Amino acid sequence: MFGEYLNRFVMMFVFLVAAPFIGGLLDGIDRKLSARMQGRKGPGILQPFYDVAKLTQKQLLAVNKFQLLMVMSYLFFVMLSGALFFGGCDMLLCFFSLSTAAMFLILASTSTHSPFSTIGSHREMVQMMAYEPMELLTAVGFYLATGTFRVLDIVKADIPAILYAPGFFVGFVFILTIKFRKSPFDLSTTHHAHQEVVKGVTTEMVGIEYATTTVAEWYENVFLLGVVALFFINSNPLSYLAALVAVAVVFFLEILIDNTSARVKWQLMLKLAWGVTLITGGLNLLILELIQRR
Amino acid sequence: MKNIHKSPWLLHYDGSSCNGCDIEVLACTTPVYDVERFGVVNTGNPMHADIFLITGGINSQNEDVVRQIYEQMPSPKVVLAVGTCACTGGIFKECYNIKGGVDTVIPVDIYVPGCAARPESIIDGVVKAVALFQKKHEQEKGER
Repeated sequence: MFGEYLNRFVMMFVFLVAAPFIGGLLDGIDRKLSARMQGRKGPGILQPFYDVAKLTQKQLLAVNKFQLLMVMSYLFFVMLSGALFFGGCDMLLCFFSLSTAAMFLILASTSTHSPFSTIGSHREMVQMMAYEPMELLTAVGFYLATGTFRVLDIVKADIPAILYAPGFFVGFVFILTIKFRKSPFDLSTTHHAHQEVVKGVTTEMVGIEYATTTVAEWYENVFLLGVVALFFINSNPLSYLAALVAVAVVFFLEILIDNTSARVKWQLMLKLAWGVTLITGGLNLLILELIQRR
Repeated sequence: MKNIHKSPWLLHYDGSSCNGCDIEVLACTTPVYDVERFGVVNTGNPMHADIFLITGGINSQNEDVVRQIYEQMPSPKVVLAVGTCACTGGIFKECYNIKGGVDTVIPVDIYVPGCAARPESIIDGVVKAVALFQKKHEQEKGER
């Protein structure tokens, strides 16, 4: 019993320490791959770390002090959701914690009264509206596939969740494009140079604040890719390898989509996200319900 | 902090230019020149920018805009005037609405002449600006 708790704490600790490095490296690989796709040489893989290090050295020209507190809370709750997930806790708790984090980001952004960040936060809320149903359905999918919400028990299942919940997986990968802020769904803020609303929610974030947001995003990406991996992981040790391959494929797919599509309007994003949620998640849910009735 | 120069984020503002220099600035981000390999990001946000790159001269309408953008940028920051118009007012210098080069409004650190300035010279200017950015950071740190 004690050993299990120790294991969980070690996993949490490993996540909290390693996630920024993994997230930053993934960001670097993302930028390099994007550059190669566009026929450019691109920056080095460590570039995101230089960017964050520089941002911490810049003058803090913030509009108010409240914003820094909100940004720090955003980071805290993203870290919490990831730590809960890698610590083997309840999936629902992880996702609720992540939604709370998103709320703090919106508070940070709206506290400045800048027109650009206001539009950005409106869009962020529309994005939340688009992805939240699928996010919750993903947790439900894991429950129907394995009979538990606890990550610790899901990884001990005999059959990987993907076999029962392929629809949930497709739906989750779809909303991942919104969560990763990738084109065509990078409405609230973007990683690319220009946007019609400057930088959306992060417009007014200066120096250390923007660095914190970036690091929070790295944590979030690692957590979400962890959920992708969870679809494949079961009691068989080889499944961890399959999960790793799946994560790499999904990550590459996101970069490809990012580089080959143009930003859509929020109406289309909402329709697409809810449509995919209803068709993939809904159908999968219905089928699993029917199977289990018998 | 030794590596601050590895991440120079750039803000491009077009004053009253003929757009020749703007197109050359954009050419720097294309696959042929690709300034992103030096870590340069062409950000549209003064709050995130380190280098303020201006093309074209200053007129009475954009004077306040340039000043405001400059004030919105957190220090350390470097101002780069690209093209003859941004340096001195250029061919438009005698026009009734033109005040002159960028240095009539804000302090300019580096001048890149040329009509239009070639991408090679713009990149050269950016590299000089990056070195100055590092120097300014170290100076600020010394003062602290």
